Amino acid sequence: MLNYTLRRLLMVLPTLLILVIFAFYLMRLAPGGPFTSERPLPPSVMANVLERYGMDEPLHVQLWTYVKNIVCCFDFGPSFSQKDRTVNDVIAQGFPVTLTYGFWSAVFVLVLGIPLGIIAALRHNGFWDYTMTGLAIFSQIFPNFVLAPLLVLLFTLSWGLLPGGGWNGGQWQYVVMPAIALGTSYMASVARLTRGSMLEVLNSPYIRTARAKGLPERTIIMRHALKPALLPTLTYMGPVFVYMITGSVFVDVFFSTGGIGQDFINGAYSRDYAILLGLAILYAVLTFALTLMVDLLYAWIDPKVRAGLS
Amino acid sequence: MLSVRNLHIRFRTGDGMVHAVNDVSFDVGASQHIALVGESGSGKSQIALSIMGLLAKNAEVDGQILWNGQDLLATSQREMNRIRAQEIGIIFQDPMSSLNPYMTIERQLTEIVEHHEGMSRRDARARALEVMDAVRIPDAKARLRAYPHEFSGGMRQRIVIAMALMCQPKLILADEPTTALDVTVQAQIMQLLADIRQDFGTSVVLITHDLGVVAGFCEDVVVLYGGRIMEEAQTTALFEQPGHPYTRGLLRAVPNIEDPSDALTAIPGSPPSQHRFPQACPFAPRCVDAVDTCRDTLPMLHKGRACVRPVEELT
Repeated sequence: MLNYTLRRLLMVLPTLLILVIFAFYLMRLAPGGPFTSERPLPPSVMANVLERYGMDEPLHVQLWTYVKNIVCCFDFGPSFSQKDRTVNDVIAQGFPVTLTYGFWSAVFVLVLGIPLGIIAALRHNGFWDYTMTGLAIFSQIFPNFVLAPLLVLLFTLSWGLLPGGGWNGGQWQYVVMPAIALGTSYMASVARLTRGSMLEVLNSPYIRTARAKGLPERTIIMRHALKPALLPTLTYMGPVFVYMITGSVFVDVFFSTGGIGQDFINGAYSRDYAILLGLAILYAVLTFALTLMVDLLYAWIDPKVRAGLS
Repeated sequence: MLSVRNLHIRFRTGDGMVHAVNDVSFDVGASQHIALVGESGSGKSQIALSIMGLLAKNAEVDGQILWNGQDLLATSQREMNRIRAQEIGIIFQDPMSSLNPYMTIERQLTEIVEHHEGMSRRDARARALEVMDAVRIPDAKARLRAYPHEFSGGMRQRIVIAMALMCQPKLILADEPTTALDVTVQAQIMQLLADIRQDFGTSVVLITHDLGVVAGFCEDVVVLYGGRIMEEAQTTALFEQPGHPYTRGLLRAVPNIEDPSDALTAIPGSPPSQHRFPQACPFAPRCVDAVDTCRDTLPMLHKGRACVRPVEELT
């Protein structure tokens, strides 16, 4: 298992390098640049600006400098669009924000979605099953740009319980609504996924064996059925968790949280190559970490997978 | 000990009722081995599941299943859970899927006695080792920590049998215990089941479609067809003089080792639809001896056979 983990970690660096090279050239292929505007800058000014950001050099030299700075000094370069800020600054400011509400959102998704799914499966075709399935479908088709204003309408304008936006260092009042707005549709997916796999597991022959042993229903669910029933949810949550902790543009904009979801979109609009590349690397590293974690958890649950790893 | 009285099992399905078991009665005494024989769809597995209270949710059951005088069909879930494993054990057909792939063999064995007998983990492990020895799993101590996928099919079936033996129940229902195994392993498993009676005095209800397995293992045979009992007899008598055309058909489908030239004869046709409660002998459409009476009256079980025609007149 340790061996496997080390092997996976060794793969990270070459993969990241390939990703950086690809992303670097692809971005440059897109028309326009960070300093293009409706009224073109005078050529002399443009030359100055390009020189300041090192963009007068050939592309491969720029790429080399970029990679070298990351490796030697963990320096992802200056932002092209936000004056006097480096990419490190932008991520250091924005990522904790999305990490916070994304994390709590994921907690909300799991803590609510899994039990709902299990209860629905246990009450298969009963009142709670239909209620849960109905709610799940409803919240899955309910887009967050409708849900978020609704939350603000109720919690801020009607009841005055929660602030309608802002971040304020991540006090809990400011985290609640972004987390719910971001997580609701995932929560519904997790509930449906858990319900489906729990139903399948409960119908499996080995659960019948467990029943034939005369074990109480509770033990059968917790000891025999829960682990296998959670496998699909686990697979699903890996990439979703990355998506959640890197934030959503909509949530960042609507609640003015100042997370990196917003930075990513702004970066794309203003061709801020440095920001885009920095964020792409962040996404890649997180995806690596999460898929590795999911795989290890999988191996922990499923002895067959574990045997395959060593 | 076990007395099944007028058992009916019906299933509500998307296209109507399915009458899986109709008016079946039989008794099992202490350390008796009895076989329920029939082809697929004859309702034999459903009888086993109904005794354990494990029928699917869409099942309706009538009649009585008396276990030492107590009607299991009227027993609470709680009491049923006490009887399961402790008094009646079951061996399922497919050892590949009836073990939990995510739990060690040890846990799947020990949890039974921990729950029913309140044993400590250590005592439970000792019992598991004993039982694994009894079902002849080599190197039991080292194998306890293994998972089901690390065993061969025959070994897994031994583990399933070990599970049924953990609490030393008085009755074991063996639902096609050898069907999923290859022939050499089948013989070993049947031998094992025979030894278990010697060692533990356990009664066994053997459910099978294979009359060949029955001979030499069970004293009594109940032959089922279309959810009804066609014939019940002592095994030797049944083999010497089968009293029902269906039993005769089954016996003709068993290879005869003494006479290899003896051709195997299949029973023509296929099992009946069970959407209606039978009004006539369910076997009549496939029966070589059927006369008109067979097609409009339902023969009752009389002197061990449910057939309107006298034995002497059968082909």
